Amino acid sequence: MADGTGVLVVGEVKDGRLSPTTGELLNVGRKLADGVGQSLGAVVMGADLGNASREAIAYGAGTVLVAEHALLGEGHLDAHVVALEQVCRQAKPNIVLIARTEAGRELGPRLAFRLGVGLAQDAVALSVDDSSRQLRVTRPVYGGNAMAVVTMARTPQVVTVRPKAFEAAEKDESRRGEAAQIRVEIPSSAVKVRMVEKVVEQSTGNNLEGARVVVAGGRGLGGAEPFRQLAGLAQLFGGAVGASRPACDAGWLEHSYQVGLTGKIVTPDLYIAVGVSGASQHMAGCSGAKVIVAINNDPEANIFKEARYGVVGDWKKILPAFTETVRELLS
Amino acid sequence: MSVRMIVCAKQVLDPETPLSAFKIDREAKRAVPPAGADPVVNGFDEIAMEAALKIKESAGGTITVISVGRSFVTDVITKPLAMGADELVLLQDDAFETADSFAIASVLAAAIAKVGGFDLILCGRQASDWDNAQVPLGLAELLGVACLTIAKKVEVADGSVRVHKVAADGYEVLEAPLPAVVTVTNELGEPRIPTIKGLMEAARKKPTVWGAGDLGIDPAGLARTELADLFIPERQKRCELIEGEDEADSGRKLARKLREAKII
Ligand SMILES: Cc1cc2nc3c(=O)[nH]c(=O)nc-3n(C[C@H](O)[C@H](O)[C@H](O)COP(=O)(O)OP(=O)(O)OC[C@H]3O[C@@H](n4cnc5c(N)ncnc54)[C@H](O)[C@@H]3O)c2cc1C
Ligand SMILES: Nc1ncnc2c1ncn2[C@@H]1O[C@H](COP(=O)(O)O)[C@@H](O)[C@H]1O
Repeated sequence: MADGTGVLVVGEVKDGRLSPTTGELLNVGRKLADGVGQSLGAVVMGADLGNASREAIAYGAGTVLVAEHALLGEGHLDAHVVALEQVCRQAKPNIVLIARTEAGRELGPRLAFRLGVGLAQDAVALSVDDSSRQLRVTRPVYGGNAMAVVTMARTPQVVTVRPKAFEAAEKDESRRGEAAQIRVEIPSSAVKVRMVEKVVEQSTGNNLEGARVVVAGGRGLGGAEPFRQLAGLAQLFGGAVGASRPACDAGWLEHSYQVGLTGKIVTPDLYIAVGVSGASQHMAGCSGAKVIVAINNDPEANIFKEARYGVVGDWKKILPAFTETVRELLS
Repeated sequence: MSVRMIVCAKQVLDPETPLSAFKIDREAKRAVPPAGADPVVNGFDEIAMEAALKIKESAGGTITVISVGRSFVTDVITKPLAMGADELVLLQDDAFETADSFAIASVLAAAIAKVGGFDLILCGRQASDWDNAQVPLGLAELLGVACLTIAKKVEVADGSVRVHKVAADGYEVLEAPLPAVVTVTNELGEPRIPTIKGLMEAARKKPTVWGAGDLGIDPAGLARTELADLFIPERQKRCELIEGEDEADSGRKLARKLREAKII
C-alpha cells in the first residue's frame, strides 16, 4: 500500500458505547500522532452505533469514520474484518491501533494479512524512530520473560495494544471533531462464521477485572476448598478471587477466574498471591497491580521477585491469622 | 464422513524454563536454549492434536501434522505421531530460523497445498515462544477459509464445524462450513499421553521433509516485520519479607504492615 498518514484507532463498541480500552488507544494514539505531526482519527463499526462517535471525539479523535451496516452487529467478526479492510484502503492511515481484546486479537492479524502488511502484537510501549520515522513497538515475548522491539516497513503499520498497558485519555465533552459516514460493502458470502448461541456463565459477583483488591490462589492451595478462604478474605475488601491456570485446569475454579497471559488482565491496588509461583505467564496478568503481596513456602519462588511484601511459609498457617487481623483492622 | 485434518505444531523452547535459566543472545536476537534441556511441542498444539484425535474417533478421518522450523529434535517433534497422527511433514530450512508469522503462515499454506486437500486445520491458540496468536488467522486468510479461535470444544458434522469459543463471561457456540481453521485452548482438556504402542508405531513412520526449494518459495521476501531488539527486562528486587515468631505471627504482622503502609 502507498504511504499513508495519520493514526487510526479502531473503536470497540458495546451496547452503543465505546469500550474503555478504546480510550486507552486514543491516549497513546494522540501521543504518536502529535509526535509525528499527523492526525488522530478513529473508526467505529457496527449495526447500531449509538453515541460512540461522539465519545471517540471526547477522547480526542479528530475525525471519526462511521461504518454502519446491518451485518456489523456485535460478534460478527468476519464482517468487521471486511469492513476494516475497506476503511483502511480508503483512509490510508500510517498507523492502525487495535486493542488486543477478544475481538481485536482476531481483527488485527486478519487485517494485516489482507492488506499484506506487518503486524506487531501485544504492544506495551510505542515510539517513533527519529531517523526512519518507523514505529518501534515494544512487546513481551516468551511469556513475559523477554521483551522484543518490532518494526514494520510497510504501511499501514498495524499494532494490537495490550489492554490496561496505557491509561485512558481524559474524556472532555467540549472537544470538537467530525464524524463522517464511510460506505462499506459486505457481501453476505464474506460472513462464514455463524453464532449459534452465546452461553453466559457469570462467575457470580466476581468482578475480577474491575476489583480494587484481588486475592489469587495457585497450585499451592492444593484443592477447591481453600479457595473459600480466599473468597472470605476477598470479601473483607469487597474484592474478587483470581487463580492461576493450573488451579483452573484442575477444575478447582472456572476458567473465568484465570489471571494471566491467556486469562484476564487485572490492575488492582492490591494483589495477594497465595501458593502462586509467579511464572511470567501469570505475572502478565497482574504485574500492573500497584502492590503485590506473596505468601509462598518456597523462598526462591519468582513471585518474591515481583512482590512488594511477602511471607515465606505455609499458607495454611499464615492465611487464617492474616485474614483475622485484616478483619480486626478493617472493622 | 472422513475428515481430512491437518494439525500445525511448533517446536518451542520449554515455557517452564525457570527464569534463572532463561538467556538471551542479544546480538543474534534470539533466546538461548538452556544446556541439556530439550525443546517441547507447543502445549496448545498438543491440545490441537487431542482435538483432532477426538474427531478422528467420532467421525473418522486422517491427521497430518505439519511443522516449520530450522531444525528439529526427532524425539520431540514425533510426539504427535506417537499420540496417533497418521503422518508428519517437516518443513525444514535454515531460512526458516528467522521467519516471522507472515512467513510461517505462507510456508504452511504452500505445504498444505502440496499435501493435497483438507477439511479442517487445527492449531494452538498461540505459540508459547512469541505468544503471537496470528499464524492460524493468517493461514485462514491466505487460504480464504473460515477461522474459529480459542475453542474448548470442536465437533465436525454434515460438512461444518461447530466450536465452543471461550469468552470472558462464558462461551459462544460458533459454526462454519468446512474447510476451516480452528485454534484450541487448554480448556479443551489435557492431551493424551502416548502409549508404548504409539511410540513404537511412531518410530516406524518416516517424516516427509521439505525445504523452501521443495515448496517453490523464497522465505526472504515473505517477512513483514523486523526484530530490532530482544532483551530481558530489569526486575527490581525490593520485596520486604515479613518475619514473625511463627507463621501465624508473620500473617498478623503482614496485615499490620499493609495497614501502616496505608495499603488497606
Ligand atoms: C502459552 C502459555 C500461557 C499461559 N498462560 C497462563 C495464564 O494465563 N495464567 C497462569 O496462571 N498461567 C499461565 N501459564 C502457565 C504458567 O507457565 C505456570 O505454569 C503457572 O502460572 C503456574 O501456576 P502456579 O503458580 O499456580 O503453580 P506452580 O508453579 O506449581 O506454583 C505453586 C506454588 O505454590 C507454592 N506452595 C506449595 N505449597 C504451598 C503451601 N502449603 N504454602 C505456600 N505455598 C505453597 C510452591 O512453592 C509454588 O511456588 C501459561 C503457560 C503457557 C506456556
Ligand atoms: N513454525 C510453526 N510450525 C507449525 N505450526 C506453527 C508454527 N508457528 C505457529 N504455528 C501454529 O500456529 C499456532 C499459533 O502460533 P503463533 O501465531 O506463532 O502464536 C501454533 O499454536 C501452531 O499451531
